[in-house]
Amino acid sequence: MSIAGFAFLFFSFAVIASALMVVASKNPVHSVLFLISTFIAAAGLFVLMGAEYLAMVLVVVYVGAVAVLFLFVVMMLDVDFVELKQGFLQYLPFGGAVAVLVVVELIMVVSVWAFPSDADLALAHPSPTAAQTVADPNGPTNIEAIGLILYTDYVHYFQIAGIILLVAMIGAIVLTFRTREGIKKQDAAAQVGRKREDGVELVDIPTGQGLS
Amino acid sequence: MVDFEVGLGAYLSVAAILFAIGMAGIFLNRKNVIVILMSIELMLLAVNINLVAFSQFLGDLTGQIFAFMVLTVAAAEAAIGLAILVAFFRNRGDIAVDDASLMKN
Repeated sequence: MSIAGFAFLFFSFAVIASALMVVASKNPVHSVLFLISTFIAAAGLFVLMGAEYLAMVLVVVYVGAVAVLFLFVVMMLDVDFVELKQGFLQYLPFGGAVAVLVVVELIMVVSVWAFPSDADLALAHPSPTAAQTVADPNGPTNIEAIGLILYTDYVHYFQIAGIILLVAMIGAIVLTFRTREGIKKQDAAAQVGRKREDGVELVDIPTGQGLS
Repeated sequence: MVDFEVGLGAYLSVAAILFAIGMAGIFLNRKNVIVILMSIELMLLAVNINLVAFSQFLGDLTGQIFAFMVLTVAAAEAAIGLAILVAFFRNRGDIAVDDASLMKN
């Protein structure tokens, strides 16, 4: 077996096993950790397919941001997760049946469908945007090829993606923002607006009586 | 298995299994919104594997560009979903979705 074949088997087994553990594990913290493992293994599959840039984005964005966000939320919420696990066995027959059905259907589609060879396909649909195929060793690297078309042909999609992220950021801030009562905060206006009369008091003290 | 050629079908099968696991996760953990969100992430990952596999085997980078868009939307969805979850928890004190009926009243 070639190294690529072995790596494919390893990563795909890791993806599927960790995904099963995400769904099945009792503790949501474990679920998040298995989710991270799933993403890393999927990044390995991406590298095998030649999409190195997407693999790195998957590791940085998903493992570094999304999974850690999940971890934050799971640890922040004080929830009885054992109680939420009720009904798992009750829904297991139905959910398992649906999952098996979908897998069988999709794999039947994959196995029956005759894939045309790359040459036939390229002749049938010459794509103007596919300037370089991914596998060409003499062509630009994967990230270079992506940059060449992402900022030219797909620049609008790129900007729409930016707007989506902006809206998501504002939405998340608005949803979780709250003003709490009874918290001591620094009030810069009150500090600056303070006058001499507010803080200094001149008292005429009679001799021998002190200040009561 | 000795002469094992990794083709498009193998990647598509892995993605199909991953998608089905994500779907089963939504059925099995219907009380726990956090695991439901994670299952949605798994399904989006399966879609991404499909897109990248087709992009690689057809020699057209458009699939990888589209996988970027799916990644963007997935990240936005996770952020908004978790923000809604935190707001929900603050209002009710738990995250059980099966008796979430505040909007009915």
